[in-house]
Amino acid sequence: MRIKLHVWRQSSRSDKGHMETYELDNVVAEMSFLEMMDTLNEKLTVEGKEPVAFDHDCREGVCGMCSMVINGEAHGPKSKTTTCQLYMRHFDDGAEIFIEPWRASAFPVVRDLVVDRSAFDRIIQAGGYISNHSGPKPDPNSIPIEPNLAETALDAATCIGCGACVAACPNGSAMLFTSAKVSHLGMLPQGQPERFDRAKSMVSQMESEGFGSCRNYAECEAQCPKGISIAFIGRLNSDFLKASLVEPIDRRGDMKAQ
Amino acid sequence: MNRIQTLYNSIIGKKVIAAVTGLILFGFLLGHVAGNLKVFTGSTEAGIPHIDEYGQFLKVAGEPLVPAGALLWGARLVLLFSILLHITVVVQLAMFSAKSRPVAYVKSKKKAASLPALWMMFSGSLIAGFIVFHILHFTTGTIQLGEFEHGYVYNNLRSSFSNPFVAGGYIFVMLVIGIHLNHGVWSMFQTLGIDNPDRNKFLRTASTAVTVAIILGFIAVPASFLFGAMPEAANYAHDLLTGH
Repeated sequence: MRIKLHVWRQSSRSDKGHMETYELDNVVAEMSFLEMMDTLNEKLTVEGKEPVAFDHDCREGVCGMCSMVINGEAHGPKSKTTTCQLYMRHFDDGAEIFIEPWRASAFPVVRDLVVDRSAFDRIIQAGGYISNHSGPKPDPNSIPIEPNLAETALDAATCIGCGACVAACPNGSAMLFTSAKVSHLGMLPQGQPERFDRAKSMVSQMESEGFGSCRNYAECEAQCPKGISIAFIGRLNSDFLKASLVEPIDRRGDMKAQ
Repeated sequence: MNRIQTLYNSIIGKKVIAAVTGLILFGFLLGHVAGNLKVFTGSTEAGIPHIDEYGQFLKVAGEPLVPAGALLWGARLVLLFSILLHITVVVQLAMFSAKSRPVAYVKSKKKAASLPALWMMFSGSLIAGFIVFHILHFTTGTIQLGEFEHGYVYNNLRSSFSNPFVAGGYIFVMLVIGIHLNHGVWSMFQTLGIDNPDRNKFLRTASTAVTVAIILGFIAVPASFLFGAMPEAANYAHDLLTGH
């Protein structure tokens, strides 16, 4: 296969960056997208040029590192697929491919296609935890959970925190990520004690990181490699509304009769 | 009050305010279109078109429980407040979001976002401009696009809408409102956390169906006058109307 690549090159955080064009003619259809990138880098190294920096780790679709916007879509044209699970057979021979980093002020470009996603870690730190005793291990399945609820919470928990939702959202909003993290804890019994505080503090952290607001485009859901539903955004809205207006209610105190 | 302020200061809270004010304005549209349809119900025995009588009723509605005009002005204030709040929060959100992506994509593709959703700001701005124009046209009579006399609602409509440009313009804006509502009504359910995968199809279909019904109702008025389907109203003296 012969392909033409337009890749974002940026030498540092402060560099302005630009698109650069490369041609590759030894691409095999069985190569994964990242192997194609490796081939490009080998070629650049041999030519004495700086290879393209890109994030990758597990290369099996679960770590969420391979962040690339390929032809205008986060993780490329195949839905519910991470970049590492995208293969060159998904492209035509002679294809022209645009590769850009996630674009968000909260995800500054470190170099080329590598962005700093620490903003997500700070959102998790703000409330993505449960309080648990550190004593003896409880018996498995000792807390009964309704199966549908457990499955839905698990759907939310499939979020790999890759940031495709932010990259895909025309507003650069992180609502899908935050809602998935708030929901997978908030739906289960173990997550109830902090449920409403969690919704408030994670949303507040999300805002201060500079992610945009949600406009219900559902673009995040369509480009999420795990296909996480915007139903979780609705759920977060509802929990946040309760947290701001109703919960927690202080109902302690004396009452008088009449 | 503190809680309301916290809500107002958050981006989700602002969305909720946009949804609730949107719901109030949607409720107004339902009432407005229902009232408009009185154009088609004919006249009283004295020759007063029902729509003129209805206009008069709105002015004195609530009497004698509240003074004449109190209910009308109360409703107007609620609507004005809702519109201003709706615009304020949406503009604030847009300004906030504008900073979230300083460098644009060279190539970007939309997989799910619908055109009505992407055009909300544009359709909303057009509607805001139209509301001002519409009040100056049919309520105050400041903008004269035909004969205008206060209280003679039917004749005023007939005179303005017999002009194809005026009728066409109104029909166009109604379609824009329809586009705004098609996303807006469903979006309200999502923002308030009411939508769910099990009722998503129903809520989206219902939102579109109600929007289409409202817009057809609105369009029916200028369209009927334009195509000459409406009879001329009998001459009647203003003092026949109640309250005059």
